[in-house]
Parts: sequence; structure tokens; C-alpha cells
Amino acid sequence: MAVGRDDFVIAFRSAFISKKGKQKFSLLSLILLSIIITILSNINFKPINVLRLGINEIVYSVSYLVSIPEKKIQKFNHQLSIHLNLFEKYQSKTVELDILRQKELTNNFLELENQKLRNLIDENISSKEILAKVLIDKDSPFLKSIILNKGSKDNVKAGMGIIDGVYLVGQIIEVNYTSSRALLLSDLNSKIPSVLAPQNIQAVISGTGKNFGKIEHTKDDIKDDLKNKEVIIYTSGLGGIFKPGIPIGKISKDYENRVNFFSDFTQLDYVRIISFKVGDVK
Amino acid sequence: MSSLNKVSFQRVFISYLPLIFLIGSVFNDFDFNYLKIENFSFNFAYILIFYWTLRNPDRLGYLAIFFAGIINDVVIAIPLGISSLCYLVLCSVTAYMRNITLNPNFVKDWFSFLFVIILINSVQVITLDLIFLLDINYMRYLTNTGFTFLLYPAFFVFFNFLNTKISKYKND
Repeated sequence: MAVGRDDFVIAFRSAFISKKGKQKFSLLSLILLSIIITILSNINFKPINVLRLGINEIVYSVSYLVSIPEKKIQKFNHQLSIHLNLFEKYQSKTVELDILRQKELTNNFLELENQKLRNLIDENISSKEILAKVLIDKDSPFLKSIILNKGSKDNVKAGMGIIDGVYLVGQIIEVNYTSSRALLLSDLNSKIPSVLAPQNIQAVISGTGKNFGKIEHTKDDIKDDLKNKEVIIYTSGLGGIFKPGIPIGKISKDYENRVNFFSDFTQLDYVRIISFKVGDVK
Repeated sequence: MSSLNKVSFQRVFISYLPLIFLIGSVFNDFDFNYLKIENFSFNFAYILIFYWTLRNPDRLGYLAIFFAGIINDVVIAIPLGISSLCYLVLCSVTAYMRNITLNPNFVKDWFSFLFVIILINSVQVITLDLIFLLDINYMRYLTNTGFTFLLYPAFFVFFNFLNTKISKYKND
């Protein structure tokens, strides 16, 4: 028995402490170094944050180059599926276009009326936009984020919204000098204050880690209000992070608590980083 | 002379392939996610590190693995040091296994791999969820662990082939 224990101790020491063959560092020293770095990054130790920013700049540039072949395959897959479904899509889009043309007329009138009412209460919303290219779109199972080619030198700040066309896709969470990372709406850690229209219900749209979101922080009895209805979700502007009225997605008729985002996060090439300011007209 | 140079370049290139694969996979977060198969993902870096540190540790240095972990942390945006720690825990298990094993056996290695990826994914989940308070999709970790375990034999065959090539060049 004692021999068995000795064997274990020898094997353990040999594995962790000794440097064998071409290994220049012992495992134990590197494990300790990893733990120290993790602890220091948890307490926001400044040199570690600076180191991280430096590594980010290099890694994002290299990662962009390395992921080019994968992006090509992804693009080819997408184009192939578009070609295969072309006719079916054409038919459904023709019907959709007719409906949209009718709605546009009403919308123009509502937009005008909205502007008039804002002027009456001396309020206007001015927004600033920065066009950015998506360098890397990692559809990792652990994190849904994109890397953009604009950073602090272009006045990008953490918390700014990201839009694709008119649709909200995410929020800036990390800013480096020449690049930044945006958390997509589909990520588990994404929480967006929203309003469900036309019911005018305040809610928080949370990511699920999949390609759809869910409604949180609402009363249970709203389920009946939403059943079998066309419900569109917009940003509410609460918390002052996002401009109110940016379309996010719509609630699926089949699943009560499933939000289908308007934007396809896998096909983002260029996005706009937006910031806004609410102020009076004067 | 030129053919001699070509052979020596090929030899050096092949002997560094495991390292190139590792660096490439952490930069690219390689897991076939572009195939868009629902709930499918696996961790290529775990398979690669497990195989090479177990079968031919001279091809993959611990320092390189440590830096690969740091790069992976930056790419997937988790706190620095966590992936390095996981990769090095994987290396310690393989180093221990090398010390206690006289005759390597594929099935034993395979099931040890399952044990070790469950262990390191648990370390990662506990650190991210309880210490850094990030929301974690446990189901994703579970399916990732499952597919990583199931795909090990396929990559084992490929890496074995590569290892034979490296040994052959070394002995020439």
C-alpha cells in the first residue's frame, strides 16, 4: 500500500514539477501564473487590463486573417441556400411588398405627426453614427459577439448601440484603440429594455445563446395579450442606453416567449455604431 | 542542394504542424460552427492538446499551450488566464498518465479524456458563473463536452498518421 502511495507521489511530482524533454517551464509554475492572471483580471488590475488591450489589438487583426477561409465557406453556404430557395422567396416577397406599400402611406403620416408632437414638447433626439466593418463574427457556443474595426480613436465608447440597416443587433462592450467588440442580442448576457407594440408593454429582451431571444421581467398575464397577435419589439429608451424606437424583432406566433430578431447576425458585413442625445429643440 | 533544402523545410514544417494547428484553432475558434448544425460544437484545442501532450509532448511546449490559452481568452472574450488554466490542467493529467502508463491503450486514453474534459469544463463553468458572474448555457457546455469526446477517435487517427510522419522524418 505504501509503495502504491509512493508511486503516486513520484508520478505526481514528475508530472507537475520536473521539466522533461524539450519543456522549458514546469507545469506547476505555468498553472500558478494562469491563476494569478485570472485573479488579477478579476480585480481589474490596471497592468493586466493594459496587457489585455495590447493583446486584443494583435489577436483581432490576426484572427481576422485566419478566419478568412472559414468566412468564404460560410458565404458560399449562404449563397447556395439563397439560390435554392429563390423562387419560393420571390413569391412570398411579392405579397409582402404589396402590404408594405400600403403601410408606408400610413407611416409617413404618423412620422409627420410624431415630429409635430415632439416639437410641441420642445424635445428632439439627435444621433451620431459611425460606420464600421465587421472583422470577426464569432458564432461561438459560449459567446455571441462581433469584432468591429472602429475603436477609441474613432470615439467609440462602451455601451453604444449597433444597428444593421434600421435593426438593433447589439451593444459595444469592449473598446480598444483601433477595434471594439459588440455583444449581440442573442448572447445570454444581453438584456435590452424594450417595448412591445402595439400593446405598449414594457419588457426586457434577453438573449438565449441561440438565434432567438426571450421576453423577461413582465407580468405573467401578458401571455393572453400576445397570443396569436403580430407583436413588434422596439427599444424603449429606458435607462438612456439606446434611442427609443429601434426595431429589434417580433414575437413568433407559434412560440409565446420566442423573439425572432429582424437582423441575421451571421450575415453582418457593415454595421453602424450609434449614440444619441435627447435635448430640446433650442 | 535544393532538394535537400526542400526536405529539411518539409521536415521542420511537419514537426511544427501540431503547434500551427493549435495556434490556428485558437485564433479561429475552430469548431465547424459555420455548418450551422443546431447544438453542434466541439473543442478542437482540447483534443489536440490531449493527444500531443500524451503521445509526443516534445511537439507541443507548455509555454506555447499557455499562450494559446491567453489568445483563446481574448478571442472568446472571457477573463484572461482561464483557458490557459484549463489547457494546463489537461496537460497535467496527460503528464500524470504518461508517468503511470507502460502500454498506452486507446480505449483507456479515450475515457480518461472524457474524465478530464468534464473536469476542465466544470472548472471553467464554476469560474465564469460563480466568480465572474457571467450567464452560462450549461446545455451548450454539456453538448460541447459530448461532441468533443465523440470526435476524439477521428482526430486520433489523423494525429496518429501525422505523428508517424514526424517520427519517420526524425529518424531519417
